[in-house]
Amino acid sequence: MLLAVDRVRKVFGTAVVLDDLTLDVDEHQVVALIGASGSGKSTLLRCVNLLTEIDDGTIRLDGEDITDPRVDPDRVRRRIGMVFQSFNLFPHMTVLDNITLAPVKVHRRAAAEARNQAREWLDRVGLADKADAYPDRLSGGQQQRVAIVRALVNNPRLLLLDEVTSALDPELVGEVLTMVRDLKTEGMTMVLATHEMGFARQVADRVVFLDGGRVLESGPPEQVLGDPVEPRTRQFLARIIEAGRL
Amino acid sequence: MTDGYHPSEQQRQRTAYRRRRAVRSVLLAAVSTAVLGTLLVVAVTGSPGWERVRASFFDPRIARESLPAVLDGLWLNIRLLVVCAALALAVGLVVAVLRTLRGPVFFPVRALATSYTYMFRGVPLIIVIYLFAFGIPGLRLTGTPGVLVLGGAALVVTYGAYLAEVFRAGIESVHPSQLAAARSLGLSYRQTMRHVVLPQAVRRVAPPLLNDTVALQKDVGLVSLAGPIDAVRAAQIATAENFNYTPYVVAAVLFVLLALPLIAVTDWVTLRAARRQNAGT
Repeated sequence: MLLAVDRVRKVFGTAVVLDDLTLDVDEHQVVALIGASGSGKSTLLRCVNLLTEIDDGTIRLDGEDITDPRVDPDRVRRRIGMVFQSFNLFPHMTVLDNITLAPVKVHRRAAAEARNQAREWLDRVGLADKADAYPDRLSGGQQQRVAIVRALVNNPRLLLLDEVTSALDPELVGEVLTMVRDLKTEGMTMVLATHEMGFARQVADRVVFLDGGRVLESGPPEQVLGDPVEPRTRQFLARIIEAGRL
Repeated sequence: MTDGYHPSEQQRQRTAYRRRRAVRSVLLAAVSTAVLGTLLVVAVTGSPGWERVRASFFDPRIARESLPAVLDGLWLNIRLLVVCAALALAVGLVVAVLRTLRGPVFFPVRALATSYTYMFRGVPLIIVIYLFAFGIPGLRLTGTPGVLVLGGAALVVTYGAYLAEVFRAGIESVHPSQLAAARSLGLSYRQTMRHVVLPQAVRRVAPPLLNDTVALQKDVGLVSLAGPIDAVRAAQIATAENFNYTPYVVAAVLFVLLALPLIAVTDWVTLRAARRQNAGT
């Protein structure tokens, strides 16, 4: 097991955001988290990346308890890549500098080597001509692809994708999803929070429906999305279909 | 786009109308400026005391005589400005970063940095200059620098406190999502500050930083209170020789001329920053 989230609790003020949540992710597995806004998807991803401190329970990565306060969070994060809904590229750096920052500063790789690798990646995702551009010259879809590359060049064990298409215009969603699909083929372990049910069905090995900070239903995509057991899941999916997103 | 395109009759009429409007506004601006200028000149020169004021503030002969001494003094102001501005910016940046440090170990550093900015933004600069230039030598420590250095130190300490707050505002204006992105890549807090937060913060607050430098430019003249012969002191000496205030006006004009390039740069940087911000959205 690569990631083991065990009875995790997270409280913001009086709101219980993660309530005794347990979730396991195997290596090379892709898990899609679905659920309404506020159901805890993003918080769970942030907790796994130690950007948010949990209030109870444990999270293990490769068997190591990363929620132990003696663990250096920087060292844990080197093994986890994260992509955000709003891309969060560094606006004062070129695309190439965005990508090479962590390899050079964190992983102590030679600058020239890191730049070569970054260019190879950009070439692969069709953004070779954007290497020296600043993020504000890129479309949302291009920015998000750069953000994914920025996470991948560090060879993470696990990739967390937090609603990576939610801030994109509909016609730009496809290019990002194609990239994620390719990553799955390469065997990348991923946990992704998403509102794209069609995409979850295609790419996920397992779909997890979160409700009120708990895992309400979990299973293969055909089952959870096609024939959900829980009434809450059915209700949620019905609303999604109404909104035309399935 | 251009080939074969002829503006429609409607568009040509619009363009012609806008041109007429533009010409009219330029004319109107010229007329209103002339009227206001004339009124001001008439009001000042027509005042009962104008002749005496002109003789004691705008005497061309005394202006010419005092100019070399005041210019000499101004050279000191310029050197002092460059050194003090650089040091105050450095102090401001360091203090601002110290104030953002977290963790119990840094409590004393944080507290010290915070009380520093509170105190020196509150104390009038003149008092700081007096305390530094006359108080510190009073300690009779060996190796006490001269009044010029002490006066400069007073400027650095006072402006450092203001600039620290400007830098801090910049640091706090960087969106938390930028920190999250940097930390998620494995960058340490220090690396995040150094490579992600500070470059953005400094760019954002460049206009107010430069504006404070313009303010420092004229406050440099206050070191004359401690004794060094800068432009203000030189003007004062010349004034005392002739019982005529013209040298002060000479110094004032020179200070304005000194500030103009700095002000121009500030405006340019501000404009550029505004444009970039608009381009971002």
